[in-house]
Amino acid sequence: MSGDGLRHATEGRIDRGTVLRFRFDGTAYSGHPGDTLASALLANGVRRIGTSVRLGRPRGVMSAGSEEPTGVVQLEAPFPDPMRPATMVELHDGLVASSLSGRGRLADRPDPARYDAVHAHCDMLVVGAGPAGLAAASLAVRSGARVILADERPEVGGASPDTEGDDWFDRAGARVLTRTTVFGYYDDNYLVAVERRTDHLGAAAPGNLARERIWRIRAGQVVLATGAHERPIAFAGNDLPGVMLADSARTYLHRYGVLVGRRAVVFTINDSGYRVVADLAAAGVEIAALVDPREATGGTVGGQVGGRYGGHVVVAAHGDDAHGHDVLSTVDIEPVGGGPTVRVDADALLVSGGWSPVLHLYSQSGGRLRYDEVVGAFLPDGCRQAVTVAGAARGLTSTTACLVDGVDAARQALTALGITPVDWSPPSVGAGAEGPPPATAAPGGVPDLRFVPAEDYSTHFVDFQRDVTVADVLRATGAGLRSVEHVKRYTTAGTAHDQGKTSGLLTSAVVGQALDAGIAELGHTTFRPPYTPVSFAALAGRDRGQLYDPVRVTAIHDWHVRHGARFEDVGQWRRSWYYPAEGEGLAEAVRRECVAARTGVAFMDASTLGKIEVQGPDAGRFLDRLYTNVMSTLAVGAIRYGVMCGLDGMVFDDGTVARLAPDRFLLTTTTGNAGPVLDWMEEWLQTEWPDLAAWCTSVTDQWATVAVVGPRSRDVLARLAPGLAVDAATFPFMTWRDTVVAGLPARVCRISFSGELAYEVNVAWWHGLALWEAVYEAGAPYGITPYGTETMHVLRAEKGYPIVGQDTDGTVTPQDLGMAWVVSKKKADFIGKRSFARSDTARPDRKHLVGLLPEDPTLLLPEGVHVVDPACLAGGRLPEPPVPMLGHVTSSYRSAALDRTFALALVAGGRDRIGDRLYAPLDDGRLVPVTVAGPVLYDPEGARRDG
Amino acid sequence: MLLIRCPWCGPRDETEFHYGGAAHVAYPSDPAALSDEEWGRYLFVRENLKGPFAERWCHTAGCRRWFNAVRDTLTNEILRVYRIGEPA
Repeated sequence: MSGDGLRHATEGRIDRGTVLRFRFDGTAYSGHPGDTLASALLANGVRRIGTSVRLGRPRGVMSAGSEEPTGVVQLEAPFPDPMRPATMVELHDGLVASSLSGRGRLADRPDPARYDAVHAHCDMLVVGAGPAGLAAASLAVRSGARVILADERPEVGGASPDTEGDDWFDRAGARVLTRTTVFGYYDDNYLVAVERRTDHLGAAAPGNLARERIWRIRAGQVVLATGAHERPIAFAGNDLPGVMLADSARTYLHRYGVLVGRRAVVFTINDSGYRVVADLAAAGVEIAALVDPREATGGTVGGQVGGRYGGHVVVAAHGDDAHGHDVLSTVDIEPVGGGPTVRVDADALLVSGGWSPVLHLYSQSGGRLRYDEVVGAFLPDGCRQAVTVAGAARGLTSTTACLVDGVDAARQALTALGITPVDWSPPSVGAGAEGPPPATAAPGGVPDLRFVPAEDYSTHFVDFQRDVTVADVLRATGAGLRSVEHVKRYTTAGTAHDQGKTSGLLTSAVVGQALDAGIAELGHTTFRPPYTPVSFAALAGRDRGQLYDPVRVTAIHDWHVRHGARFEDVGQWRRSWYYPAEGEGLAEAVRRECVAARTGVAFMDASTLGKIEVQGPDAGRFLDRLYTNVMSTLAVGAIRYGVMCGLDGMVFDDGTVARLAPDRFLLTTTTGNAGPVLDWMEEWLQTEWPDLAAWCTSVTDQWATVAVVGPRSRDVLARLAPGLAVDAATFPFMTWRDTVVAGLPARVCRISFSGELAYEVNVAWWHGLALWEAVYEAGAPYGITPYGTETMHVLRAEKGYPIVGQDTDGTVTPQDLGMAWVVSKKKADFIGKRSFARSDTARPDRKHLVGLLPEDPTLLLPEGVHVVDPACLAGGRLPEPPVPMLGHVTSSYRSAALDRTFALALVAGGRDRIGDRLYAPLDDGRLVPVTVAGPVLYDPEGARRDG
Repeated sequence: MLLIRCPWCGPRDETEFHYGGAAHVAYPSDPAALSDEEWGRYLFVRENLKGPFAERWCHTAGCRRWFNAVRDTLTNEILRVYRIGEPA
């Protein structure tokens, strides 16, 4: 069909004086401001818009709104966007779109658009700006309420073309969000909407404007004036381009000035089809036939009708050789119950199977639905949330009734809010704009015809997007499925982008007929957000890239950057990983850094260690209950290593505790666990031991920490802190001193996480860089070497010091780690103590932390690799799965000090296997032999810590 | 998203809070006196009620205080909130 003459001379709200150029499937077309892509394509005579996903059938535009099941396109320009209903794409100059075969394509380049979010509160949120919504919002505004009115269309007025003039709507008093789809309704009247701000502007969209904004709205009261969707009827070939929902033809005429055809058949089971006949006939469309299964087709029909077929149904739609089989050419009409077929030529078949109130949001809110036999659809039936449904969304059909209902709904909602509604009604609408009488008054009522009986149901489509037919649904019930939820999953009906807006009730009706059950007892499938598809980009908003998660850096970070450090993320912290010199990779740099720490002096930025200060007269008692060992006996000036367990006895964190004063302790935690440890302490203090006078404060960001490590570290510190006695006798291991280092007030702790002589120097955060640079300068004569987390890991692993969360996984006790010494036998109780006596934690064959030495000293075991007992091998190969495993490698490194590779592993009964040979199966199929060793592989006597 | 009335700060979005499981499960006064089974029940077994359920919440992104709430697990409605130490 050519597009000539399909644009009506005067109808519609388009700007005929401006021409917009666009391309579809490579062909250039034109349209006008006010068009959608769908209306412009129809005006240009383009009927076929895509190809169905499973059966490859031609598909066209079925509706004029967001319920569109078939007219889905791929946007190519200005930016690729998959699966957009052409009915919701506003036309702009330069738009390029193409047809789809069911699926879209994601953009292959980064999206340059910005996305944003808004949090809003209001007294009343009105969803839908049709007659009911406008009336509700108007009364609320006039009564002084804070109102948000949201509608998915570009302008207020609603889906119905009958609402003319909304001069009485006081838009200044409300926050009016057009092009905004409320897509989710959650607890406590929390609703989420997406506002499309720039798509309709095309290339003219200002770059500073966010393309889409997510609105997160908390509303005192919600009025849902979400309207109704017309339903299709299933008959043979009901998916052919040219078959369309009847009232959408009116929308195309009145809103866009587009005639959906020149010669139409109207097939309706309710009175709303009659206004379609009247309006299209008045606009010059030839109405070839009016088909209504009801015996009497009502009184007068406004307009000439070629044939009136009361008591008839449309049984099939066809293409033909002359016009092509991609589009509608003829319609077959038969009497209800069978009889002679009448074939009528037509290029449009306008179908009305009744109206389904749009209750997706209502159902999401927790609202119950009940099937109403008279209306022939589900209606709202009560909700505990503060929500009122108004207008067509609760089955009303006339514009006047919807206006009145909107006012009533607002009055109820305002009263519930404690706001006195003013006395106001919208001006009555003119008789010409009157909708049809309520369906209940229709002669013969609404027949529950959902699908036309036939021998062959293979082209009676129920879900057009998923290519689900009546035959498919019957196959599901034939397979024994009884629940509409199961049928949905078996057939995929209702699972496409449109979430079954037009197909849901139809599916239930077919199931009902097959099972001889009513729709009321079958119920409906669950409505879930989002109401229409929402892009991940919109949901992510600004929370992507750099802003996805805050990056924490230390006071010394810029120095690390300047000196070429590579970084790794540890929790939210960005830590120096290693400092490659020219030409070095990770292995070479780490080897050099390790050698410096073991033979000379090296230093590390340890500022990220979690630090918690605990104060109060009961601080010691409190720590005794948290740690497995005793802290209250610690002398002021001393430091003790400690382990915290969960109630289940599993290691939760470890660190050091320094006693600063009788009632003050400073704890360190692992870098990634500082928050959870503080939360854990607060939980116990607040909920179980509120009687303890102890208070916890995070001081992680208060102290910058520089670890100076190695045999020459004492020399470096002595140069920087001339007032500090640094000899081992005066300043012994596991003590701290307040002093001045490099002219800065400092606390120096003799703590070692490497086994070497080491000092941790703490200064105020803002002095961190000054301290670091002073250490670097003072250490220069000794070749002081900065090192990162990788070297720290190698040094600690050589000493068998576990990392909580790497060498443990929440199933490991202190005893499993070989640290029974850290578990107090004297304390009556502490968190986890009781669990150590459980039969499972007392088992001798639990997994123990041990060292593993690959027999090939150059082979680096992958972390996570399993180890197996040679006894399970058959002929030197692994047995059939499941293969019994003894444990797994938790840490694995190359050691300069040992001049070989080594690993730590959790191995069942590992401490009883020292010296045994086990095997590690690698990904490449090799089984490599490893020897079990104690976990402390370097300096097991601890001779090096005093230098 | 729930709107939770923190007894210290007032109504706030659920995302500001951290859930803490069943309330009024006291730490045993003498864990050593419990059998393995009794200790196991304390550690691992909680009721999974349909209806009003007393549970703990912490206003993590606010005042960082723990409190108790009674929530209907069927409707997700929070029926009341009360401070630690106040009667259920």
